Amino acid sequence: MSLYHLQKFLFELNRGELAQERYRKNLPGLLDEYDLTDEESGALSEGDIGLLYVLGVNGQILMHYAAFLGIEWFDYLDLMRDGITKHGAVRDGVYAMTGGGSSFTDEEKSR
Amino acid sequence: MSLVYSGVLSHAPGITGRAHLVENTAKRDEFYAALEKQRRDIVAAGTEALIVIAAEHFANFFMNNMPAFCIGIGDRYEGPIEDPEWLGIQKHSIPGAPDVGLRITREVMQTVDTAYAQEWKFDHGISVPLHFLTPNYDLPIIPVNINCQGPPLSPLHRSWAFGEALRRACDSIPEKIALVGTGGISHWPATPDSGKINEPWDRDFLDRLMRNDKQALLSYTDEETYRDAGQGGFEIRTFIAAAAAAAGKGDLKFYTAELPIFAVGCTVASFDIV
Repeated sequence: MSLYHLQKFLFELNRGELAQERYRKNLPGLLDEYDLTDEESGALSEGDIGLLYVLGVNGQILMHYAAFLGIEWFDYLDLMRDGITKHGAVRDGVYAMTGGGSSFTDEEKSR
Repeated sequence: MSLVYSGVLSHAPGITGRAHLVENTAKRDEFYAALEKQRRDIVAAGTEALIVIAAEHFANFFMNNMPAFCIGIGDRYEGPIEDPEWLGIQKHSIPGAPDVGLRITREVMQTVDTAYAQEWKFDHGISVPLHFLTPNYDLPIIPVNINCQGPPLSPLHRSWAFGEALRRACDSIPEKIALVGTGGISHWPATPDSGKINEPWDRDFLDRLMRNDKQALLSYTDEETYRDAGQGGFEIRTFIAAAAAAAGKGDLKFYTAELPIFAVGCTVASFDIV
């Protein structure tokens, strides 16, 4: 059930300005309030989009978190691909990578 | 009859947030023009409140208590929750329609066990449609949600029943109500596959939708949809509910798979109200 708590952390962060303020001021204290594994806690501490993606965080939740971190769109896509390369396939959920890491837009290919 | 308009449109965040990255600007602007035409059609119908049937993305509902269906009955709403620069839409306070929403909810409950909510934060799933359909944020909104995100999902046949219940509810009140279902067809959003679109699957679905063929629309299994249309394809529930509410044939105003930077086949359509 740990993925549940990981996603709940991000759900509450994404929708709550108070949680966002606490995130910026005292992330360790905020993380302590959730039942997270060391791997999950570490990924959140580092803002590790690739690992969070592989852990199975719902893409809609992860996408909003990446926007909160100020990550540009194409960088966000690359970070997920890098996560697959480093940690292997997505372990849970319905947001698995199915396209072999390819880009599907001319805009990204022409960067 | 007080349902005066029923239609569908896409809501992907890239439609506003990545507008500046688009290479095919002619197609983008054609899409925007179709959305503007939809706005004018809604206004011309004398709309007093707009129901937005959305597939929300964890702005309000989570797996601690996930409703299959929910109707907003709040005075006002906030949105978008996303970073305004990222989405290309500034944060707004949006008027609700609490009295109308409450009466609609009571009638829907006669046949579908919907939840209701006096608080609701809009994410891109509602904020992008509103950006085009009521850019001055002066039209009262009744947000509605179908669970398309947290499996187990609302079954397709219940989404159809929910659309029919919304229709009965709209027809039971004197106010003129417009309704839009907003979702994607095939797409793999928020993954490295973003931009992948199964155009043949989209066109087959849209053919079923424009015929308003209930049996054909409800024949998909979630396993088939996930395989052929991605997890984003689960959002067909919102289109199906809008078709059920209208009961008439559809008129596809716009569709293109040529804007993959928006991560969805961009769609605008309306239905005959019969």
